[in-house]
Amino acid sequence: MSMAQQAEPAVTTPPAPGPKETDGRTAQRPLALRLLARPEVGVFLGAVAVFVFFLAAAPSVRSGSSMATVLYQSSTIGIMALPVALLMIGGEFDLSSGVAVITSALTASMLSYQLTMNVWAGVITALVVSLAIGAFNGWMMVRTGLPSFLVTLGTFLILQGVNLAITKSVTGNVATDDISNMDGFGQARKIFASSFDVGGVQVKITIVWWLVFAALATWVLLRTKYGNWIFAVGGNQESARAVGVPVTFTKITLFMTVGFGAWFVGMHQLFSFNTVQSGEGVGQELIYIAAAVIGGCLLTGGYGSAIGPVFGAFMFGMVNQGIVYAGWNPDWFKAFLGVMLLGATLINLWVRRTATRR
Amino acid sequence: MTSKGSGPSGAVLQDTPPDDGTAPIVELRAAGKSYGNIRALHGVSLTVRPGQVTCVLGDNGAGKSTLIKIISGLHQHTEGEFLVDGRPVRFGSPREALDAGIATVYQDLATVPLMPVWRNFFLGSEMTRGPWPVRRLDIARMKRTADQELRNMGIVLDDLDQPIGTLSGGQRQSVAIARAVYFGARVLILDEPTAALGVKQSGVVLKYIAAARDRGLGVIFITHNPHHAYMVGDHFSVLRLGTMELSADRDEVGLEELTNHMAGGAELAALKHELAQVRGVDVEGLPEAEDLQATAPVSATPEGTP
Repeated sequence: MSMAQQAEPAVTTPPAPGPKETDGRTAQRPLALRLLARPEVGVFLGAVAVFVFFLAAAPSVRSGSSMATVLYQSSTIGIMALPVALLMIGGEFDLSSGVAVITSALTASMLSYQLTMNVWAGVITALVVSLAIGAFNGWMMVRTGLPSFLVTLGTFLILQGVNLAITKSVTGNVATDDISNMDGFGQARKIFASSFDVGGVQVKITIVWWLVFAALATWVLLRTKYGNWIFAVGGNQESARAVGVPVTFTKITLFMTVGFGAWFVGMHQLFSFNTVQSGEGVGQELIYIAAAVIGGCLLTGGYGSAIGPVFGAFMFGMVNQGIVYAGWNPDWFKAFLGVMLLGATLINLWVRRTATRR
Repeated sequence: MTSKGSGPSGAVLQDTPPDDGTAPIVELRAAGKSYGNIRALHGVSLTVRPGQVTCVLGDNGAGKSTLIKIISGLHQHTEGEFLVDGRPVRFGSPREALDAGIATVYQDLATVPLMPVWRNFFLGSEMTRGPWPVRRLDIARMKRTADQELRNMGIVLDDLDQPIGTLSGGQRQSVAIARAVYFGARVLILDEPTAALGVKQSGVVLKYIAAARDRGLGVIFITHNPHHAYMVGDHFSVLRLGTMELSADRDEVGLEELTNHMAGGAELAALKHELAQVRGVDVEGLPEAEDLQATAPVSATPEGTP
């Protein structure tokens, strides 16, 4: 068995529908322990702790509009952290996810503007490009057998260069032109970057999308065949292949899901700021990965959840905004994040050890 | 797979016609496999009939693993013929082999340790319900079925939700066999199922092999333990350095002879003399080559290696 360092926990299972069988089998592990063994419990406690901490430290956090800002910040990380987490459960990384967001936004923006088309033409093209980048990552990895770390590191550098070079040669600038007067902009903005009013508080639509995607990802992961395959290819790829799981299909589609996430976040950035800075996105991929890891996903694959990264992303958003609300020097943000990452990882480890000790 | 027995063309030159009405499901004719210029397997013929256990014995590196990989669809043969139900086949993936009714229980058990028992049981063949966009796992039915099937094999587990990695080797093996039987395997390939097990647990697994045979499955039992093989085997094939050293039915070979072939009789005698020269090991009690026909030394191979 090639699982030296990960011999502990179980894939979480949804509560069994229908009556639980109790026909003379010996006792199950105590409920508290089984609960602790779920991958999202550690991060949930962490998120609560950070939340309570900033509630106490920064009084201005306690308003509805501050909360909406925190959640908005969280959602822009969280939407990408979800597919990145699924990919991680499937045993792979994607280092190109941060710049892929910008690539997608640049594609939509420049295509629409330069060819004076309806923005939807650009949006659809960007989707195709993003899915293609994901498929390329997955295909390269499966085909060459190289670690996904290397393959996507290559893609990361390629996209970073391409983003800058093409934008400069097309627009003569490092940013794209403002597309807010183009046909279809208002419509697209409604979907990707609008706000709505909840009891006098402006709530960004990305928060809704974030939660919808999280629910969808949870359902797929725990209740579908494909979700079963994700756990299997991450947990033991050779075994999965031997019992007939389509490993190649699963991995490539996981990378394409990351592509979809990059497209969605890219569209959000484009339609909220009207222009795109071609040099952005670098370093974001590590934030997504960190959110997934804080969310209880095992770096080596085969274990994790979709709801964990939601809390992971919330912790990021909370710390990011909380520091500002508390009036601290925001330069400390990254240091704070690093401490949080290490702390969360250690707590997760400890929780899993405790919970799976029989 | 609808056609039973050999096709019309095969009937003419059939060297071993179906004697007892049970046509072979799987047949290898002088099959072999080369990796680049390394010939791992050469000229191996093997027949698997329903309700029979075909044992494949061999030392480490004899080509047992290569043989299984060809039949289970992980590798393709590079020479000879591989027939299923009398028709030449070349499986591109384990899925194709499974679809032809050939299931393999691997040495490492082909389980995902972190996943619950019931998810492992149905992995790759999950039960679902509902129309496509909302097609979902039928968890209740899968748990019920897995529990039922395991109980049929005499395996009662505390909790089907526990990670399969927490089960003992024998239990995992039994789950894997029960899984293959449940999914309608016609041929069951067992790769060293007893290698990592204690005496008692080996007995349990041998019992399941016999049970599978009695249900009409053709079983290919890979082992390097002639004692285990002789308990359940109907036909014995001994591999040696990638070629077939012995292929005999149960009534043509005794346990002693099998053990002798397995242990590499002449080599053992040579080794004995070598040992004597090196360190003055007391070899008086060890058998000479001619004695090996009559005695039954145990397998000289360490357990737990492919």
